[in-house]
Amino acid sequence: MYELFKTRAEAAGGLVHRFPTGAEALEFLLKSLEVEGTPAVWAGGSFLEGCAEQLLGAPIPGLALSVTRENAKGARVGITQMDWGIADTGTLVQDASGVEQRLASTLPWTHIALLPTRNLVPDLATLLTKVDPARSRYLTFITGPSRTADIERVLAIGVHGPERVIVICIDDLEGGRP
Amino acid sequence: MSKAFDQSITKALENPNLGGILDRWNYPATRAKAYEGVDFEALRGEISAIKGEAAGHLPELADQFQKSAEARGAKVFRASSPQAVLDYILGICQSKGVKKVAKSKSMASEEIHLNKFLAEHGIQADETDLGEWIVQLAHQTPSHMVMPALHLTKEEVAEIFSQEVKRPLSPEIQGLVKVARKELREKFFEADLGVTGANIAIAETGTLVIMTNEGNARLVTTLPKIHVAIVGIEKLVPRFADAAPILRALPKSATSQLITSYVSMITGPVPNDDGTMKDLHIILMDNQRTAMAADPEFKQALQCIRCASCLNVCPVYRLVGGHVFGHIYTGGIGTILTAWFNELKTTEDIQGLCIGCGKCNEVCPGKIDIAGLILELRRRLAKKEGLSFIQKSALQIINNRKVFHAMLRAASIAQKPFAKDGFIRHLPMFLSNLAEHRSLPAIAPKPFRDLFPEIRQPKGGGKVAFYAGCAIDFVSPKVGVAVVKVLNQAGLEVIFPQEQSCCGIPHWASGANEMAALAAAHNLGPLLAEDVEYVVTACATCATALKKEWPHLLQQQGMGGLVPKAEAVAAKTVMFTELVAKLIQEGRLTPKDGMELQSVTYHDSCHAKRHVGIYKEPRAALSAAGFDLREMNESDTCCGMGGSYTVKQPELSMGMLKRKLDNAEQTGAQYLCAECPGCLIQLGGGLDKRGSQLQAKHPAELLEDRFKDPGDTEG
Ligand code: SF4
Ligand code: SF4
Repeated sequence: MYELFKTRAEAAGGLVHRFPTGAEALEFLLKSLEVEGTPAVWAGGSFLEGCAEQLLGAPIPGLALSVTRENAKGARVGITQMDWGIADTGTLVQDASGVEQRLASTLPWTHIALLPTRNLVPDLATLLTKVDPARSRYLTFITGPSRTADIERVLAIGVHGPERVIVICIDDLEGGRP
Repeated sequence: MSKAFDQSITKALENPNLGGILDRWNYPATRAKAYEGVDFEALRGEISAIKGEAAGHLPELADQFQKSAEARGAKVFRASSPQAVLDYILGICQSKGVKKVAKSKSMASEEIHLNKFLAEHGIQADETDLGEWIVQLAHQTPSHMVMPALHLTKEEVAEIFSQEVKRPLSPEIQGLVKVARKELREKFFEADLGVTGANIAIAETGTLVIMTNEGNARLVTTLPKIHVAIVGIEKLVPRFADAAPILRALPKSATSQLITSYVSMITGPVPNDDGTMKDLHIILMDNQRTAMAADPEFKQALQCIRCASCLNVCPVYRLVGGHVFGHIYTGGIGTILTAWFNELKTTEDIQGLCIGCGKCNEVCPGKIDIAGLILELRRRLAKKEGLSFIQKSALQIINNRKVFHAMLRAASIAQKPFAKDGFIRHLPMFLSNLAEHRSLPAIAPKPFRDLFPEIRQPKGGGKVAFYAGCAIDFVSPKVGVAVVKVLNQAGLEVIFPQEQSCCGIPHWASGANEMAALAAAHNLGPLLAEDVEYVVTACATCATALKKEWPHLLQQQGMGGLVPKAEAVAAKTVMFTELVAKLIQEGRLTPKDGMELQSVTYHDSCHAKRHVGIYKEPRAALSAAGFDLREMNESDTCCGMGGSYTVKQPELSMGMLKRKLDNAEQTGAQYLCAECPGCLIQLGGGLDKRGSQLQAKHPAELLEDRFKDPGDTEG
């Protein structure tokens, strides 16, 4: 399922990486931040809470752990943790009822999405059986970067949302609401 | 037809961008790729079942949606008219001091002309979908439901943006998109209120589903503190799970994507970034939708999911784009929606744009008979507004067999001085003033009905009746002779009931169903007079009448008593190539040995392919008889004939013909073959004008010398 997810997400213009442990994923994440640039914002989630201590021990310059509309607007990178992935479309799914999740995943140029590998589901119909709209009031589905073909049917990336979407699948990450 | 409308077509045809853009996209191929591995028929079966059920229960679903959404804290407003929607939104704006509105794409808001209304009240509404914004800045209306600015070139967009940002911009698409991002980003932040539509509204949970690729709907529903969603009630579905098939099909059909970049599912208000709760208003707008649901014919139009694939494949839309439709909803489905959301009369001109080719029906994920509904509009208009005098008298003459046939015979004499190489500029008599723009074939000196008695028939090998139709009878009698010859080679005795006359399709296609039913009734007796194995037709249009439409027409026009007879004819009717393929398979026709291999490209007439489903058989018959089949690009796209369409919309007809001939010539084949004399008149006329090497032929003409005589087979 992971392979299909990766193929489809990359076909939609995303980048997908996978790590067995949170520690390796964090290392990659921090390296990506160097490449992508700061400022960056990170909207909360179980992964952040799990490694918060380590981060706070050595604060990363330019990385804000609380998200506002202003700092998200100025950020190069937004980091959020997703709840599910849909393999056959390469889609990330998140309960984005918390506004900071949407600000961080929409306003910056690059979106880094953390995903528990175990929360991949085969298709949309399966996903719909797992979510409860009464509880998850704002469900967000993201597949690749923001795009348009509104001028002469030519594809352009990064209209209102991110130009780049980097997905980091973490095998030992719990969380989400599978 | 109004002059202004005529001019708008001419103008559209002269705009090179309109014609080219959809062709360059190559939608059919990208769509097919998106649907790879998906059972489209099953998927659209699911969607049409869900939406059809919903259309039958709109008031109940609206009640249920309201209850669910209100229980989660949304405010739901039910509006029957556009004005009620406008007043409600203005009320919110005035009570909350709203000065600026940011909108994501919403056809419903276009339908009610929201931007204009708000501007009149001093409120600025900015579109944030790139295409909608371009169209808004250009003071135009969207030309396509999914790609609103499809009609504009990058140079035009650069010009429009340059005026907005007050500096010159180069026509470079990526750069223009970045300019839009920067400009619009501020508008999201400044807006007091966000307006969206919804692609789906789920009654069970009170959920709105909104799909975008740009991400603007996420910002519109996140940054402003008030969110107003305008939702046409046809967006309602009963259950949460019902969203899945629509979410699967819509992006594939609309933009050939597996899914849009973003989908948001909103169920009640969520907190804003300052800790307050979102002020969420959902407007369920009727505007004629329940009236539509109450109409047994048009109820199915509510199954539309607004994917616009019917526009993308429509040969007419592909030539002229959306603006000639004159209203917010464009293309085939747009014609239907306009008839209801505005009024029937407003579609008097635009319904005539549809050639009835049925391409749209094939791809519609809502499984709507778009072509049939446009025809139904035409029928209602003809009934209400009346046919023009010329049209009416022409159709009445056709229905009077003796007079009609006498006129055709007279025509064959009268045209003689003008005939040149079998083609003339004008068809004489009552059709002459309608046929200015194209060369039409001569009426044959001797109709088939006079030639037939001279052909000696074999006995004892089975009997078939031949229904020639007017075109073979009076224009291409040699096709009829070839048909008879091939059938005789199978040992079949052919009879030709002399009382047969027009099949009624010209009347039907003009919306004159009562006259069409009379035509059907006239033919039943002659065709059933003798006990025959098959009724054979070599005309796809006639086949549509005999195999499919006659029983419906008779039923609809109060002649239900004749339906069993019509059904008996339908059961016996075969197309010529359908029968030939069968006879070859049964060993009753045997191809001659050592035939020269010739190449042919096959044009699928709309009637044959989509009305009666005959497209494999002619290919099988031609291959078996030693022809090398070279498939052309878009073999089943309309050639532009469509009966009187050719004379009513000559420019459009010629535009379609040009594409068809280009595709056919590219195959390098010797023959362009179609089992429809109408198509052949169009194709042959076009090839003649271009001086092409390619020859238009009926399959019977190609096949007539290819089979052994019954005597030979035994040897
Ligand atoms: S039937 Fe053909 S011409 Fe008419 S709307 Fe459909 S695709 Fe267009
Ligand atoms: S009528 Fe069918 S094909 Fe056309 S927009 Fe609606 S759903 Fe799509």
